Amino acid sequence: MIPAPFTYQRAGSVDEALSLAAEGGDDAKFLAGGHSLLPLMKLRLAVPEVLIDIGRLSELSYVREENGHIAVGALTTHHDVANSGLLGSELPLLAHAAGQVGDPQIRHRGTLGGSLVHSDPAGDLPAVILVLDATLVARGPSGSREIPAGEFFEGLFETVLEPGELLTEIRIPRPAQAGWSFQKFTKRAIDWAIVGAAVQGDQVALVHMGSTPLRASAVEQALAGGAAPADAAAHAAEGTSPPEDINADREYREHLARVLVARGLTEARSRA
Amino acid sequence: MKVSMTVNGAAVDAEVPDRTLLVHFLRDVAGLTATNVGCDTTSCGACTVLLDGQSVKSCTVLAAQADGHQVTTVEGLANGDGEMHPVQRAFHAEHGLQCGFCTPGMVMATVSLLAENPRPTEEEVRTGLEGNLCRCTGYHNIVRAVLAAAEGGDI
Repeated sequence: MIPAPFTYQRAGSVDEALSLAAEGGDDAKFLAGGHSLLPLMKLRLAVPEVLIDIGRLSELSYVREENGHIAVGALTTHHDVANSGLLGSELPLLAHAAGQVGDPQIRHRGTLGGSLVHSDPAGDLPAVILVLDATLVARGPSGSREIPAGEFFEGLFETVLEPGELLTEIRIPRPAQAGWSFQKFTKRAIDWAIVGAAVQGDQVALVHMGSTPLRASAVEQALAGGAAPADAAAHAAEGTSPPEDINADREYREHLARVLVARGLTEARSRA
Repeated sequence: MKVSMTVNGAAVDAEVPDRTLLVHFLRDVAGLTATNVGCDTTSCGACTVLLDGQSVKSCTVLAAQADGHQVTTVEGLANGDGEMHPVQRAFHAEHGLQCGFCTPGMVMATVSLLAENPRPTEEEVRTGLEGNLCRCTGYHNIVRAVLAAAEGGDI
């Protein structure tokens, strides 16, 4: 199984990547680690005519501390996120969740930015950056813009990025509340989450409970009102619209959301 | 496009279609057929090779992405005298295989795992190899082989 024919181009800088994308228009796609895009291309779910390989732009692979937040380059691999000492101490939820993506081989190639722009509702990291109130930085032909994580995801495989725009950095503030947990329910180790929950303090986001990652607002409101974790978790499925597929129907996903949020809140409090 | 990479220490250059996958470059261009194509969907790990020392699934890497890089396949593990690599010896000694189809990928994933974590616990071995499936379900001996290789300390 191989992808449909395409023209491969390699960018030597972000500027070159943007100009290649402008030339390629709607027919071009950026290729980072390729671990979301190449499988889609093999299945003909994506058939770009031009692939612009940005995988060698080492200028986009970093984790550093900046004015009050942590900045992660979009091309930082899951492996490097998981093993970053800075993230391990400042944002352990992100480091831990990155270490749960796929398997070691996938983590060697897949990138944080790639998994965010891919916008798979079953992806782990979109929910994590959502619960961490991250800001995404994108560069396009008309300059740079900042997008709050809560406004970034539009639906299955869709984000607010325009054609030709490139996600370059993820900025994450230091969490106001310590205590975190990442819960993921799968049948096999390397599967996508049937449902997942990311918890930071009293903030909760859900994986695969709608067409985008979702904040569990009803849970957060209950916690803010003084509810105990077990009582707050009972609200986890409120306001969600989980998909039905071979792995789970709606009711089962709603049940999993309540269970995983309860476990997540309990674990987060034990770490606070 | 022209792709040039170093495979098991030797330069391999070829003009290949842009959509060529690394696994096909290794098998069909370099003639190294130990790396198997299993699921072809990034799940089974049979096609695992090292790219600049890190395990990757070569069915999900373009040859073009490996252009200019170092690739190691299981054929490249034995030393020049034909002496097997310690991980290969451990798989042999512990009978870490049944049909053998997953073995090249298991061995390469193990080399990468032990490079990152030379003395893993049994649980770390199991999670470290979760990207590799054995269709014979022969996991116990595989895990034993990895632990034996780590125990040997000469990785």
